[in-house]
Amino acid sequence: MNSTETLNTINAPAAESPLAEHWHQLKRSKTAMAGLIIILAFILIAVFAPLLAPMDPVAQNIEMRKTAPFVSEYILGTDDLGRDMLSRLIYGARISMTIGVIAVGIALFFGILIGVISGYYGGMVDKVIQRLVDIMLAFPYILLTIVIVAVLGPSLTNAMVAIGISQIPRYIRIVRASVMAEKESDYVMAERALGASDFELMFLSILPNCLAPISVQATLGFGSAILESAGLSFLGLGAQPPTPEWGLMIASSKEFVTSAWWIVTLPGIATLLAVLGFNLLGDGLRDILDPRLRD
Amino acid sequence: MLFPTLFGVVTLVFFMIALSPGDPARVMLGERASKEKIEKLRADLGLDKPLIQQYGLYLTRIVRLDFGESIKSGQKVWDEIKARYPATIELALCAMIFASVLGVWIGVISATRKNTWIDYTSMVGALFGVSMPVFWLALVLIMIFSVNLNLFPTGGRMNLRLFFQPETNFYLIDTFKLLLKGEPEYFLSALHHLILPSVALGTIPLAIIARTTRSSMLEVLKQDYVKTVRSAGIKEQRVVFRYALRNALMPVITVIGLQFGMLLAGALLTETIFAWPGIGKWIYQAIEARDYPAVQGGIIVISTSFVLINLAVDVLYSVINPKIRLQ
Repeated sequence: MNSTETLNTINAPAAESPLAEHWHQLKRSKTAMAGLIIILAFILIAVFAPLLAPMDPVAQNIEMRKTAPFVSEYILGTDDLGRDMLSRLIYGARISMTIGVIAVGIALFFGILIGVISGYYGGMVDKVIQRLVDIMLAFPYILLTIVIVAVLGPSLTNAMVAIGISQIPRYIRIVRASVMAEKESDYVMAERALGASDFELMFLSILPNCLAPISVQATLGFGSAILESAGLSFLGLGAQPPTPEWGLMIASSKEFVTSAWWIVTLPGIATLLAVLGFNLLGDGLRDILDPRLRD
Repeated sequence: MLFPTLFGVVTLVFFMIALSPGDPARVMLGERASKEKIEKLRADLGLDKPLIQQYGLYLTRIVRLDFGESIKSGQKVWDEIKARYPATIELALCAMIFASVLGVWIGVISATRKNTWIDYTSMVGALFGVSMPVFWLALVLIMIFSVNLNLFPTGGRMNLRLFFQPETNFYLIDTFKLLLKGEPEYFLSALHHLILPSVALGTIPLAIIARTTRSSMLEVLKQDYVKTVRSAGIKEQRVVFRYALRNALMPVITVIGLQFGMLLAGALLTETIFAWPGIGKWIYQAIEARDYPAVQGGIIVISTSFVLINLAVDVLYSVINPKIRLQ
């Protein structure tokens, strides 16, 4: 790899590295920074949930059930079983962040692997992979996840796997397109001439240059994974009671639209904020990384 | 392109369902059924044959549009689909009309007043729109407009006190005939029931359409021909709506088509909340009951519609933009 490194140093511009340049642009983008702050807040809440939550999220207090917010020691009120809403929401952040990490992780891993192979080798391999992607994309997304969960059995873990699997085709498309755009570049040709193997070319030379569109998609995909798992839990296919998952909390609030607004609205607002954070950051990243959209 | 994709979908559906755990014969007869009874039913359903033979039989039936009979109800799957799909299509169409009209309008306004408070508010609103869970929005709408303000019904397609015999199951069409005969209450009730679910289902497409229209419009307004038209002294409103919008709508049409296709299946959550007897809810119940023929039939019909809508969008695209036809 010595030869490659020398080559990189020669080609490197005298100015700051692309990463540092992007960070500067990111700091100037109000949308991206707002998104980043929201996401960081949710990550902190998720990590320190046991310290932040005032009560046990599954402990029931039947005497205090359906207590309104701001009238007792239950700051955001209690649900129909007398469980503390605030603590459940805080633990819910932990679950939603985990869902995002695992689902996006699965989709990224397989999407990148298959996409790089498809774009790099082209020919028959590419044709077969692209036909399969067509078929998966012809499936309405929500049905695909539901059928996968039905096959695997309803549980939170299986919901994450199902969401991950159904997001794979998007990454294959994006990665393939950028690999195909990169693979004829001079730097790839040069490294090939210097004897780099296919593996080195695919994953060490080409892939790092395709990260821009992938990171945009992954950020947006994180948000949609949170939304979809909420939907699956709502249908009874994801998290199971008494897990404090936001979608499940909304589902169990259905009968209280007439009596307890906070049980209905709060978990939805939490979901909305978390997803909004990822959408803001994703939009900001796209504006920065896709020069065509720059004003 | 169309047929290989559909063939792939059909194959994928078959094997995913066939390999999923759970024996439909056992589900039908209950846990306490005798072994002989279960074996007999499995034979009747053809489930005792080798998988590849089941697949062959299944393919030959699909080609003739024969999806078999629902295990749960015993009725023909095709008849059940015919009874429920119109409800979903009607809801999805209303949601798309709401989303397209309002979305394009908001997008144009935002683009022509770029960086004003109107623009910022609409775009922040659009971001909220794509970030919220549909079923939560539906619940909040019910809470505000049905429960507290008592303006709309909480669910269903028609006031149950109006005894109504649907023909096509498109209620707006069926009741329109009655409207012409001087009985407007049926049509009004159907419309009344459609409003809240359409708004809930249409919110995400609305947000996406508004954002697409805005960015596409901004792109077009920068182009030379728009400057030329402007310099000819034509009023700005006419420049925007007569000259720029036509070209700006191209990517918007793609988005509308794609979103409409997705709503046909995506209506599932909205249908569940509003007790809407559509196909999404029906497929979901079929999955729960391991009603294989129903699940297969339902998914194939929805996927086929999805593929056909995308095809229709491509055709429409070339009609609007003659440049594509030349290629």
